Amino acid sequence: MILHELIEFDTLRVIWWLLLGVLLIGFALTDGFDLGVGALLPFVAKTDTERRVVINTVGPVWEGNQVWFILGGGAIFAAWPSLYAVSFSGFYLAMFVVLAALILRPVAFTYRSKREDTTWRTAWDWALFVGGAVPALIFGVAVGNVLQGVPFRLTDDLWAMYEGGFFGLLNPFALLAGAVSVAMLLQHGAAWLTLKTEGPVSQRARTYGSVAGIVAMAGYALAGVWLLFGIDGYTLVDDVVRNGPSNPLHSEVAKGVSWGASYTARPWIAIAPLLGFVGMAMAMRGLRAGREVSTLLWSKLGIFGVISSVGLTMFPFILPSTIDPRSSLTVWDSSSSHLTLFVMLVVTVIFVPLILLYTAWVYKVLWGKVTEDDVTSNSESLY
Amino acid sequence: MELDIVELSRLQFAMTAMYHFLFVPLTLGLSVLVAIMETVYVMTNRPIWRQMTKFWGSLFGINFVLGVATGITMEFQFGMNWSYYSHYMGDIFGAPLAIEGLMAFFLEATFVGLFFFGWDKLSKRAHLTVTWLVALGSNLSALWILIANGWMQNPVGAEFNPMTMRMEMTSFFEVMFNEVAQAKFVHTVSAGYVTAAVFVLGVSAWYLLKGRHTELARRSISVAASFGLASAVSVVVLGDESGYSATHSQKMKLAAIEAMWHTQPAPASFTLVGFPNREARETHYAIHVPWAMGLIGTRSLTTEIPGIAELVENAEARIRSGIIAYDALTQIRELRDDAPADVVATFEEHSGDLGFAFLLRRYVDDPRDATDKQIAIASNDTVPQVWPLFWAFRFMVALGFGFIATMTYFFFMASFRGMRFPRPALRLAVIMIPAPWIAAELGWFVAEFGRQPWTVDGVLPTAMSVSHLSVSDLLLTLAGFVTLYTVLFVIEMGLMLKYIRKGPYMDVAETDVWTERHTHRLRTHDGKGPFAETPAE
Repeated sequence: MILHELIEFDTLRVIWWLLLGVLLIGFALTDGFDLGVGALLPFVAKTDTERRVVINTVGPVWEGNQVWFILGGGAIFAAWPSLYAVSFSGFYLAMFVVLAALILRPVAFTYRSKREDTTWRTAWDWALFVGGAVPALIFGVAVGNVLQGVPFRLTDDLWAMYEGGFFGLLNPFALLAGAVSVAMLLQHGAAWLTLKTEGPVSQRARTYGSVAGIVAMAGYALAGVWLLFGIDGYTLVDDVVRNGPSNPLHSEVAKGVSWGASYTARPWIAIAPLLGFVGMAMAMRGLRAGREVSTLLWSKLGIFGVISSVGLTMFPFILPSTIDPRSSLTVWDSSSSHLTLFVMLVVTVIFVPLILLYTAWVYKVLWGKVTEDDVTSNSESLY
Repeated sequence: MELDIVELSRLQFAMTAMYHFLFVPLTLGLSVLVAIMETVYVMTNRPIWRQMTKFWGSLFGINFVLGVATGITMEFQFGMNWSYYSHYMGDIFGAPLAIEGLMAFFLEATFVGLFFFGWDKLSKRAHLTVTWLVALGSNLSALWILIANGWMQNPVGAEFNPMTMRMEMTSFFEVMFNEVAQAKFVHTVSAGYVTAAVFVLGVSAWYLLKGRHTELARRSISVAASFGLASAVSVVVLGDESGYSATHSQKMKLAAIEAMWHTQPAPASFTLVGFPNREARETHYAIHVPWAMGLIGTRSLTTEIPGIAELVENAEARIRSGIIAYDALTQIRELRDDAPADVVATFEEHSGDLGFAFLLRRYVDDPRDATDKQIAIASNDTVPQVWPLFWAFRFMVALGFGFIATMTYFFFMASFRGMRFPRPALRLAVIMIPAPWIAAELGWFVAEFGRQPWTVDGVLPTAMSVSHLSVSDLLLTLAGFVTLYTVLFVIEMGLMLKYIRKGPYMDVAETDVWTERHTHRLRTHDGKGPFAETPAE
């Protein structure tokens, strides 16, 4: 098969770097709001009926949303196998916590309203809270660690040796990143609830959401300053072969240059953090003013900006190594082979538009608010 | 057993995968059965079929969510626990997993919400389409997962790249149309259909025994028995196809399953039962069926099937060849593009056996330093434990024939004997409910345990595939999974039983037109038509 030669290896690598971003952002935009909704549940809904309203706003869609997460895992495996191998084994216990939370969450959605008794329902409400808040926090913490670099080294056989523990992940910068992530997704969840609910639930969501918006912006600003002035960045030492074999050990990496260098080299990337601030600020104003559709869209723009700012700042690095910079994974040396990237691109180009199309159709069918009346009159069939 | 990383990782993987597969087969089969029921509803407009769709759909939902939840673990566990495997195989193995998400899981998961919540938001036909898309999604999902798994059994369309120290894809089509994968896919999906058919049959039989929801139960039995009969035949026939493809791709697994210690003159006999002894390399008290093995395995009277002893000798030769490959690889890695042509040529000649040299890693750091004794031990390691495979396989096959018999009986009684099931038969149907799950788990056990000591057959030993983790990390997550999964299992079973006991939301009567025609049919058929007046209870 020579068809794949049509697109250069290095171009495919950049495309897959972009697609990795698309997937992570897709995950944050869709599953992000139902993580946020889960984390907001105990605060915005007081009575059982209110809670059912909140749960049913995401009831029919969380399952599809969660596939972004699964697909994220699958796509990293297929396109960036070294990243898949190093990061998930390195963040082993943190990953376990995420998995446990994300296993509880689907079950909580489906089973909660299948029994009347209060203890049962309260227990599942907690599961939804934990299932929303904990992954949101850990994803942020993970990003915070990736920006600082992770303590791993690769042997000559490319065995990944991770030399940090679970608690090493919980350093101040990473926790700040985790807080930003939680606040951002809380705001996103609140924007969703404003659109899908009415009355007191919607009111409370707007209040909590706008506070979360302020926290997210402040935290993001602080993290930005900290990153540029207090954290070591990484650079590739000499010109790397961009279409060479995927072996991270073939390139030399220097540690110590500020990530700010990315902004001097590529000033246009400053647009990403800018969009992050604008989106979050406008979403916060929208929440205060009670605007519905536009608030959700602004919130999405904010998340888009924040996540892209991380990727663009680090480019071409994907996972730097603190203890052995040479082992760092970059766009040029940790991808799949030329053929695999090409095959996966073809599949993605066919299926992602289809997915977006039918997902949009499903949201259209489900358009409209979920009311207390809906829940009480369809008590058997709804969550 | 010493608790090391490899054993603990295997234990955790086996546990989470087998647990995941408690829910998958029912999802696979019930999604199709529910779609069939809804199709009847849309075609005939008889409300009872809508009620059936909703009732079995609600049980589908309770089961489905745990399949989804435990599937999350599967998607990430390769990276968490099998880091070197992920690096080494990701270029090939990751692709079908990602495609599964793109093509299948998105479809299934996006529409399953509408299946439950879209009844009053969609037209009848639109809802039916949604239901079929859920069924299609779950079945396509199985296809891609089995393409991934099939590649672990029979790694085609890939070669080792010394520069990246991993396997890389050379042909996506070979990976996709891998004969092992295709045979496994149809076998697995049929097993799912049988599971759902036995489940629906058993639950309905219980209703008939209790004299509850009889209209729903009878119709469900007629669907389940016909669907189940076709699937049970298919699961056995296609299982045989799997065995046939193993004859040329996984000789050692086949020899172990059949406890074929030594190569026999063709056509080999089939050992029906016996007690395999690995040390003595013989099967005690064996009952043989002459010719049968040769016919099943090769579909010829003249082709030999190699026995374990011969395969071990073969492995020893491949280990020695692998050491040559390893030596050349070491030079190529140091010199990169400047490696001399003859070294590259040597490597290419022997690279297919590189994995066999890695078998020595358990005993010596550098395979080149291995002694003859170590090589002999390593070649013996290529023999999986025989007796568990031998017996697991036989139980699975016996259950398979049991399903065919049960389904044939119920199909016959439903179609030609007016659904007058004797009570013992109904009781048997209830008792049989767990059987397909046992068969499915045994099947996976045979497939995966039989592949040992490899994660990818002949390419990477299991012992080398793990992550660099600590025993305490693994014990912690293992305990965590056991606790979480046990709690969820108890809750799921509780809800399942609660919803089965509760039955459909309310009983729906047949339409007047149907009842009239039916009564007419009963008169003309002398009481032998379907649903005769004397019910089972």
